[in-house]
Amino acid sequence: MSVRVEIPSPLREHTSGLTEVPVSGGTVRAALDDLVRQFPTLGPKLFEGGKLRPYINVFVNDEDIRYLDDMQTPVADGQVVAVIPAVAGG
Amino acid sequence: MAALDFSTGLRCRVCGKLYPKDAINFCKDDFGPLEVDYDYEAIARTMSRARVEKRPKTMWRFRELLPITGEPTVGPQVGGTPLVRADRLADALGVRSLWIKNDAVNFPTLSFKDRVVSVALSKAREFGIKTVGCASTGNLANSVAANGAAAGLETYILVPASLERSKILGTSVFGSNVIAVDGTYDEVNRLCTQIALKYGWGFVNVNLRAYYAEGSKTFGHEIAEDLGWRFPQHVVCPMAGGALIGKIHKAFTELNKVGLVGQPNNCKMYGAQATGCNPISDAVKTNKERHKPVRKPNTICKSLAIGDPADGIFAARLIRETGGWAEDATDEEIVEGISLLARTEGIFAETAGGATVAVARKLIEQGRLPRDEETVLCITGNGLKTLDALYEAIEAPVQIKPAMTEFESLLAGRDPVVA
Repeated sequence: MSVRVEIPSPLREHTSGLTEVPVSGGTVRAALDDLVRQFPTLGPKLFEGGKLRPYINVFVNDEDIRYLDDMQTPVADGQVVAVIPAVAGG
Repeated sequence: MAALDFSTGLRCRVCGKLYPKDAINFCKDDFGPLEVDYDYEAIARTMSRARVEKRPKTMWRFRELLPITGEPTVGPQVGGTPLVRADRLADALGVRSLWIKNDAVNFPTLSFKDRVVSVALSKAREFGIKTVGCASTGNLANSVAANGAAAGLETYILVPASLERSKILGTSVFGSNVIAVDGTYDEVNRLCTQIALKYGWGFVNVNLRAYYAEGSKTFGHEIAEDLGWRFPQHVVCPMAGGALIGKIHKAFTELNKVGLVGQPNNCKMYGAQATGCNPISDAVKTNKERHKPVRKPNTICKSLAIGDPADGIFAARLIRETGGWAEDATDEEIVEGISLLARTEGIFAETAGGATVAVARKLIEQGRLPRDEETVLCITGNGLKTLDALYEAIEAPVQIKPAMTEFESLLAGRDPVVA
């Protein structure tokens, strides 16, 4: 088992159509870094100047990482990291 | 009448990239929000006050500035709500000139959300989408359910389980699939984004959001027209997701751009929130570029209880740039605001309206809203939907037996008024 990153449909063209990508790493940061290592064209979509873009939210097991430890939030095998566009609602 | 569709596509508000008109709400490059782009020069050549004034008094008077093709197929009678001169409230607050834009009587579901939903669902039908839905704090739920029912669309409506009973009932009655989610609005919203991405349904405030939000502009268009084709100096607007305040300001700018109002748009925008969920007013007051999300909103003002507003950054920036300000009101102040508006103007607003009145009062006391200038207060929803918030605060009626002696004993000590 590994950590899985859930890929929203508009980004799947960068993951060869994969809806979920198994990654390694003990934190959200490490998990996303590993995702970008596997699919480098995702890098500029998710990050700008090394920082997560402002209109992306990241969730670990359905909890927003801003309410946890942000990019340093620990992730363990079997957990799901979801990358979800933030521009919705209201 | 396809010739009246002047929208040219969807443009990213971050990088400016233009996308074709589709059911998408964010840029594939940077996840920035998409906004409808128009050919304003073409609109300016076509649109005139005379043309607008000849049309029925609905939001569709301003159809050149709305992103649909042909006639609206959903909500053709929405809008055209009163702009009320509020002299008694003005006296109570100690200001010279005050107006209420009253969407508490918008058709068909008594909130401004009918404006956005009629655009979003008309657009959904253009796209051939048969199943629509929303994440909602209540008013939007009512509106998607009602307008969806009238249009014969299948509706899925997700709300926080803690919502007012009347708002849930006022959604279920239309035959919607109502799903009460055990979580905050932001969690409901996130779930809806996941559903929209997976099933391709038309969620009005997710993948149809760019079109949806444009409907709010008509709230501003109508204010300007009803003031005699001019802009007020100040507007106080409730903020949940933070989109409405921006769209009202955009409406004024557009009317100037297309030549319907000669006066430049110098209107100052003021935002109102509840203290128990105040990410945007906090960002303004503490001069933060980006709001800090509120994880667990705690207020009677459930329609404004969005902890992580999608337009928070834009709303805070707009308020700063126009020279306005933002404040928030406690639950007690919100109830006082509802009561003050009701007693002075005979208008029963929901909790968001109470917050707006309470915040206006604060801003006047702080000297941020000038007493000798003209202000419009935005009332966006109806008090009959949020009765739960008032049962404890409003005195129950006196009860008597059907006898004149009992009635007259009530009057003892008062000067009876003889008609």
